[in-house]
Amino acid sequence: MSSEVTNPFETNDQERRGKKIELAVKYSTLAMTWLLIIPVLAIIIFLVYKAWPALSVEFLLDNPEKKMTAGGIWGPLIGTFFLVLVSLIIAAPIGILAGVYLNEFARDNWLTRFINLAVVNLAGVPSIVHGLFGLGAFVYFLGMDRCLLAASCTVAVMTLPVIITSTKEALASVPMSFRVACWNMGATKWQTIRTIVLPNSISGILTGVILQVARAAGETAPILFTGAMISSRIADSGWDAMVPYGLEDRFMALSYHLYIISTQWQNVPESFKFGTAAVMIGLVIAVNSLSIGFRIYLRARKKW
Amino acid sequence: MSTVAPQLTRTEFTPTSPKRADEYSIRTDDLSLWYGDFQALMNVSVKIKKGIITGLIGPSGCGKTTLLRCFNRINERYGNVTTTGDIEILDKNIYDEDVSVRQLRRSVGMVFQRPNPLPISIYDNVLFGMGIHDAHKSLSKSERHDVVEEALREVDLWNTVKDRLKDRATTLTLEQQQKLCIARLLPLKPDIILMDEPCSALDAEGIEKVENLIESLREDYTVVIVTHNMAQARRATDECIFMLLGEIIEHSKTSEMFLNPQHEKTEMYIQGRYG
Repeated sequence: MSSEVTNPFETNDQERRGKKIELAVKYSTLAMTWLLIIPVLAIIIFLVYKAWPALSVEFLLDNPEKKMTAGGIWGPLIGTFFLVLVSLIIAAPIGILAGVYLNEFARDNWLTRFINLAVVNLAGVPSIVHGLFGLGAFVYFLGMDRCLLAASCTVAVMTLPVIITSTKEALASVPMSFRVACWNMGATKWQTIRTIVLPNSISGILTGVILQVARAAGETAPILFTGAMISSRIADSGWDAMVPYGLEDRFMALSYHLYIISTQWQNVPESFKFGTAAVMIGLVIAVNSLSIGFRIYLRARKKW
Repeated sequence: MSTVAPQLTRTEFTPTSPKRADEYSIRTDDLSLWYGDFQALMNVSVKIKKGIITGLIGPSGCGKTTLLRCFNRINERYGNVTTTGDIEILDKNIYDEDVSVRQLRRSVGMVFQRPNPLPISIYDNVLFGMGIHDAHKSLSKSERHDVVEEALREVDLWNTVKDRLKDRATTLTLEQQQKLCIARLLPLKPDIILMDEPCSALDAEGIEKVENLIESLREDYTVVIVTHNMAQARRATDECIFMLLGEIIEHSKTSEMFLNPQHEKTEMYIQGRYG
């Protein structure tokens, strides 16, 4: 038995140190990931716990009563729904068409680069600045006064950059070889986009739009000066309760409602504040889940 | 409103006008091309005969693909391209004002290195070209089916896929995909088929089958094929064009080029000394 055979692959001190660092990095990154999840869970559990006494179907469907010390949040809820709806009706076509132009038609020149830079910067503008811009541009300059339309336009401007960016990314994910195949058979760019590029990127485009629902519903600052109001009397039932606000009316919205009952009004039951917040969070989670589910569904059908 | 769908026709070799050996499908005269500041083609003058298979060979970056892309003006889609000189396809200068680029690309089809069937059904892939040229509107359902069958039979794919025409084209093997990419050009009645390394993504068996298919296209179509594979150039082409750094070095019958190359550079290249 020869014990002289030395191990040619023996480890050394440097490697042992490296292994420790490896483990340290792995577990510290894991810890940070958990730190991310904990606040999310904590917020949801805390909100639901605090809101529990108020949460009920009536809370959703009744209007605020007696300076918001009784009743529910139907008015703000439906107001937020229309705000999101109108703002997306404005922003989605503009954003998608702009994204199509930037990805499919625009050549790489200084103007395109400038537009792309502007889009990126627009996405970084604080929402309160959007609010002030909306006040100046839509409420005063265009003379809309404070109303649902002015607020929706403001929110639309805020969501546009993200819709443009997500549209561009969705289009860019369609392999170039498909376009090349079409062009070489004599297809125009529009024929190529209509028959091949859009059908294969629509899931990504719609996901981008749906994710903006959550953002449009959540922001307070853009609607603060442009159309949200503290309280408006709306009908308790019938058509007027379903569609309480016209485009030229001021409206209640969940985010603004929460701000008001939390800071401006006395004697609002604590569970009402947390209830409103819980409903908002619930809406955001529901919309995001919807978009993820939608994405999974469309992805399963697409294959190349 | 009733629109008459345009009829897709091609210039046929009719028995009364027998094909002349000196009849050319493609002629370029003093063709130069720049990508930005980089000159990719230098005063290329070449005549490619009708109804034969012509190979474009040369090391990477010598301009083979660029030259191929000139013949259907697809280079213009790649941006920042400048071209000088003339290209005549079927005796018509394709830079003339009255040339429709879409009709040119219908008549001059292209097959790519990586098979690129569209992410739609096999059936729709074959009819796609007719769709974009509005040529299938006048056809009944059974006539469309006949178009698909004829095209797939011509590439020897019909028997394999006839029971799954509604399947996605991307579910086919690479060899079948490449055949489909050739088949989808045929309903457009092309005169010329350009192929950019059509076999380089295929295995040996696939290469053989696709080469046999290309062979069967001879006479009916003018085929120009870019290849890196010297053995393939030798067995699958009638004439060869050797390019180097954007210039044509030699253009001769394949047998002559491989047996008796006129230029030292050609000889060294086909012997595999560089490139």
